[in-house]
Amino acid sequence: MHISDWFSRKPKYAVLKPEKREIPEGLWTRCPKCLEIIYNKELERNLKVCTKCGYHFKLNAWERIFQLVDNKEFYELDGYLESVDALPFDDGIYIDKLKEDREKTGLTEAIVTGKGKLEGFDILLGVFDFGFIGGSMASVVGEKVTRLFEYGVKEQLPVIIVTATGGARMYEGMLSLMQMAKTNAALGRYRKNRGLFISILADPSTAGVMASFASQGDVIIAEPGALIGFAGPRVIEQTIKEKLPEGFQSSEFVFQHGMVDMIVDRNRLKSVLGRIIKIWIMKQK
Amino acid sequence: MDNETEVRNLTAWEKVQLSRHPQRPLTIDYIENLFDDFIELHGDRLYGDDPALIGGLGILGDMGVVVFGHNKGKNIKENINKNFGMPHPEGYRKALRLMRLAERWNLPVISFIDTPGAYPGIGAEERGQAEAIGRNILEAFEIRTPILVVVIGEGGSGGALGIGVGDRVLMLKNAVYSVISPEGCAAIIWKDSKQAEKAAESLKLTAQDLFRLNIIDEIIPEPPGGAHTDMMATMNSVKNSILKNLEEICSKDLDTLLEERHQKVRRIGVFEEKPGAEGRS
Repeated sequence: MHISDWFSRKPKYAVLKPEKREIPEGLWTRCPKCLEIIYNKELERNLKVCTKCGYHFKLNAWERIFQLVDNKEFYELDGYLESVDALPFDDGIYIDKLKEDREKTGLTEAIVTGKGKLEGFDILLGVFDFGFIGGSMASVVGEKVTRLFEYGVKEQLPVIIVTATGGARMYEGMLSLMQMAKTNAALGRYRKNRGLFISILADPSTAGVMASFASQGDVIIAEPGALIGFAGPRVIEQTIKEKLPEGFQSSEFVFQHGMVDMIVDRNRLKSVLGRIIKIWIMKQK
Repeated sequence: MDNETEVRNLTAWEKVQLSRHPQRPLTIDYIENLFDDFIELHGDRLYGDDPALIGGLGILGDMGVVVFGHNKGKNIKENINKNFGMPHPEGYRKALRLMRLAERWNLPVISFIDTPGAYPGIGAEERGQAEAIGRNILEAFEIRTPILVVVIGEGGSGGALGIGVGDRVLMLKNAVYSVISPEGCAAIIWKDSKQAEKAAESLKLTAQDLFRLNIIDEIIPEPPGGAHTDMMATMNSVKNSILKNLEEICSKDLDTLLEERHQKVRRIGVFEEKPGAEGRS
């Protein structure tokens, strides 16, 4: 050691804060809740639920679909519907946003809908992807949800929709808002035909989608720890000018207030869905 | 003065401001001026009575009707009482209760829209704001009686749509109806609520835009300086439009009416269908 080192201010050893420790990309993932570092393969095996604290990681649409359908077999419907800048919204920024999120997610839109089997039962399944413009609903998402309920009437199948959404999409203005009416009109007809609609609320499920079909499931299931509500917490805080209590608008909060039937761990979700469908199928013809 | 020219010159942002003008006629003004013998009914029979949404029975011309609407106040004190016309779930549930009553009595429903939005607060969330709005939208498609919706001022997003499903949606010339407030939109997209003017332009929230997009059915004319400059002219204009449209929808048989109510929203949405990308698995 050189004598000048005695006078430098450098610390003699590095202090590694857990938040800053480097994780080799692709092998390990840190749980944002308990900060545990989990081996990716193990995380996958555990359906992207933290092996230590049970935190449910966000899933993209296809991850969710493959967790739910049997043998990873899924037939996508209406995947060729594409959004256009119908208003148009301020010099093409919507087109740019669509392009960006299509590249980022590999999806054409914020929901993937289709048909598959779950515990041996045929189902219609729609899954939102929060990564695509915040899982927002505009013309295409509304149309796909509407058609899903219409297929449900025609084919007498259960409809399961997993939401992860910030609500209606600003870039399509009132066309987006009116999708709340369109999807609910279709849901109404589906209900009249004695359908089974299971609404699964993943993190987050709020605003326009929550204030339409997502809150109107025959059975509503929340994932643990999801943010569920109408208004976003920041908007509420700005309005009432006070801090929100811990756990406000969590799955546990909405369960306590009677807004959902149950909170189900991802590991049990498929079997719970299967048990519900099994009883629905026994309904009097 | 040429009304058409003047109104065409107003920007979307100016219309937003007109729609919020403190002297602009409110639901209560229409109720007092257009209906004989209004009887206010209170409460949702579940939790409470929401003063932000007023409703009851009335007589319009020679017709009994059920009427409700967002209830803004005329001054700060009134507005604090009425929560600036921002309903809690109780408001929406009261409206649903009144729609069901109208259905049983075979009376038409008239709904006036004028709200910044559904209230974002703790109690509202605890009691299911999203559920209340969602249920109203769902059930409005099943209500077997004519429903007429009139957007008189601010149509604030889901808070407006919660009482906004009907057979006809009429809109005053300077009213606005939007998926999000221009300020909120600007804060999200440009991280700057001062860009609200640009957002207002982009959102296509004016009556003229929404008529072009087939979201509303008719634009009700306003006096040249805006609805507040000649209250009686505004009242007459709204009354004529309501009577004309009520006559049309009341003459339809209920099955046709409900089918048309459904088909009208079924068609809303603009997108491209590109076959060929089907069947990924």
